[in-house]
Amino acid sequence: MAQLSDTLLIAAVVTYVAAMLGYLVEFAFGTRGAVARVVARPARQLAAVGAPTAGTSPTAPVSPAAGSPVQPGRAVAPREGSPGRAGIAGLIGVGLTVVALGLHSGVLVTRGLAAHRVPWGNMYEFVVTLTAVFAAGWLVLLATRPALRPLGLFVTFAQALLLGFAGLVLTTPAAPLQPALQSYWLKIHVTAAATASGLLLLAFVPAALFLIRAGYDAGKRRFPYPLGRRLPAGEALERLTFRLHAFAFPIWTLAIICGAIWAESAWGRYWGWDPKETWSFVSWVAYAAYLHARATPSVKRTTATWFAAAAWGTMLINLYVINFVAVGLHSYAGVQ
Amino acid sequence: MTTTQRVERASGAPDTDKSAFGVRSARAFWRWLTSMRTALVLLLVLAVAAVPGSVWPQRNVSAERVTRYYTDHPSLAPLLDRFWFFDVYASPWFSAVYLLLFVSLVGCLVPRLRQHAQNLVKPPPQAPVRLDRLPHSARRWMPDDAATAAQTVRSALRGRRWRTTVRAQQDGAVTVAAEKGYLKESGNLLFHFALLAVLFGVAWGSWYGWHANRLVVAGDEFCDTTQQYDEYGLGARTVAEDLPPFCVTVQDFTATYLDTGEPSQYTAHISYVEHPGAAARGWTLRVNDPLRLSDANVYLLGHGYAPVLRYTDRYGKVFTTVVPFLPTDGMLTSEGVAKFPYANVAPGGGQAQAPAQVGFSGVYQPTVNPDPAQPKSIFPDERDPALTLRAWEGDLGLGNGAPQSVYELDSRQIALGLLNDVGTHTLRPGQSWALPDGSTVEFLGTKPWITVAVRYDPGEKLVLAGAACLLIGLMISLSGKRRRIWARISPADGGGSLITIGGLARTDHPGFGDEFAGVVRLAGGDPPAQDQEPAPVGTSERGR
Repeated sequence: MAQLSDTLLIAAVVTYVAAMLGYLVEFAFGTRGAVARVVARPARQLAAVGAPTAGTSPTAPVSPAAGSPVQPGRAVAPREGSPGRAGIAGLIGVGLTVVALGLHSGVLVTRGLAAHRVPWGNMYEFVVTLTAVFAAGWLVLLATRPALRPLGLFVTFAQALLLGFAGLVLTTPAAPLQPALQSYWLKIHVTAAATASGLLLLAFVPAALFLIRAGYDAGKRRFPYPLGRRLPAGEALERLTFRLHAFAFPIWTLAIICGAIWAESAWGRYWGWDPKETWSFVSWVAYAAYLHARATPSVKRTTATWFAAAAWGTMLINLYVINFVAVGLHSYAGVQ
Repeated sequence: MTTTQRVERASGAPDTDKSAFGVRSARAFWRWLTSMRTALVLLLVLAVAAVPGSVWPQRNVSAERVTRYYTDHPSLAPLLDRFWFFDVYASPWFSAVYLLLFVSLVGCLVPRLRQHAQNLVKPPPQAPVRLDRLPHSARRWMPDDAATAAQTVRSALRGRRWRTTVRAQQDGAVTVAAEKGYLKESGNLLFHFALLAVLFGVAWGSWYGWHANRLVVAGDEFCDTTQQYDEYGLGARTVAEDLPPFCVTVQDFTATYLDTGEPSQYTAHISYVEHPGAAARGWTLRVNDPLRLSDANVYLLGHGYAPVLRYTDRYGKVFTTVVPFLPTDGMLTSEGVAKFPYANVAPGGGQAQAPAQVGFSGVYQPTVNPDPAQPKSIFPDERDPALTLRAWEGDLGLGNGAPQSVYELDSRQIALGLLNDVGTHTLRPGQSWALPDGSTVEFLGTKPWITVAVRYDPGEKLVLAGAACLLIGLMISLSGKRRRIWARISPADGGGSLITIGGLARTDHPGFGDEFAGVVRLAGGDPPAQDQEPAPVGTSERGR
């Protein structure tokens, strides 16, 4: 079973890479109009543009859910040939992402069966869980806002990177839990932490792309700003960034609170400035700063989004640097 | 924070302020402190200020690692210590940051609370004149007169739990003002006040709480007094007499391991007496299962082996000692020393020659490594135990008054040649070793020991309640949306009433267009006849 889990991981990574290629084809060869003009709610955009000129009734049912998201873009700027074919590549990318997530879930299920416990007892399992939440969150987002498909390239890229690193470096044999982890709080605290981390990673994608897009719009042309040419409109990305953060931040708060309750029964204190605790506090404060900056009219949206990007940096440090460098009580990585 | 602040600044007219310079600058400082920009900077500084605590060892987390840092970096350590880098979270600069932040928070929350309380009482504000200029607007016609139409619109809004107010205007029109989403600000205030509660709970716990640690060998008892702890810390408002008078006896301890040597279960059976004269009760102490007493909790933290040694000196006097050895790795290779300061004293009190005290430094391997060059245990359980002892004879240096570690021999005495190495020998349980001077040492076996932490934190419940309110407030605040809808109903020329409805989302609310359309539909009425094309809902939508 453990063997099967490892094989599934390789299959999942390969499928994510294949999905990434699909998204890449669409990103590179899709018409600019199709990719760049669409925003989160293309139907409204169309209605607003169409109403004064077109003779047809603007109440005509053009909902975002009706058909491919490329259509509204095409309705504004009709083009021949290439957008359709590139669009198919993008749809293949989405299909492959679904397949990859299925394999990915298989990794977790078989891992849990092999170890006879919930599959998040060490760093490898934590990263596999986090990335599964990330991919699932992405697909949910895509189902409600199909116009975001160009972001798939970046989502699958991050996914392949994190999962590949987990498989190559972090991998540890399936084993029962250490005494300190034998508590029902493992299910609550680690689930919340992995969910919040996965969603905050998902929120980082539009944050980073908004910064690229804003830089491109401001005339910056050095790498990576030229990528902004093919990204959705900055305003839509920025609003998505905020909504994802607003959704994930309370979950992160819950993870910290549950961790504190568990720490009280395992280590005798609810907060002890263990390096992991310190860095989750740092991330919490950094995300709080982002939400405050976003709510302050005098702070520019790009500045606020830089806060969010920096906050994700602290999450990465907490996950990858603290586990290997710092000496603390959260030493469950199990990586030799 | 900013909105109220900016209003103040605009109306404050600093040029006409005739107050003394001190008052003015104090006001300016207060304004600066309670502004959102300052709060943002303080939040960032707080995040950065917390980082050094994870870079350098902290006294409150691990005092031994601080001592080791001092040995490893003798020149840098005192400098770091001077700037509290080993006590970051108790340092003046860290405290300054979070206290400033909380003062800023209070300075901003109190006016906001007042404002919010007023808003909750006040009716929604007067309708703007040009409702069709709002981001969302619609026009409708109803056959009824203005007052009846206004009631229809109002009941539609109230049905969706909008707070409404109907006003008759001077020009004969009737306006309906409606607002929703007050809960957002309530949640926001709840979140911030909950933060204050958490801070207060932490402070309460640090004043009236206390904690202590000790190592207990299986079979031993300890009582809750400061003298019996290896290490303890009392809160600022706590004295040693406040410790509850319970006693705990550790009966036994067992650890089970996987084949890889990873631990799978630690169990300590203990019995305790809550106060003198009370009946003894039993408890199974596990890592996630502390003993919870009314005014203290006892936690299982660590464990190890304590070899039992019987030393018979050259005059036949017998000493038996149980010496806890400290683990040095995950396989429980353990190190420690046994000291016999009263050994080899000639009976009858003859002239004391050079002292012949005896000490042993040892390495214990619960499962001995087959390679003698690698004195590292290969499994943490006692599958094949072996104790390697090095014997020392001379002056242990206990008489000079300086405190000594019970886990080490005095290295100065060895360096001075006052304590001399007399050989090394590896013993299995039950084996004995005859030393050159005719004395013998016997390794009788081991006893397990555990380390326990005893803690009392009266602020915990407040912190937990605060954290729960904080989370609830946060969710309400982040999901809530403030929005307003107004309707102006005026008598139409050809009879009936003409209704103009306008909507404004005051915070990010992508779904407001749909909600607005729903309210308009519910209010009823027909598109007015004079509009050539029926103006659909949301047509004039601008922005979000």
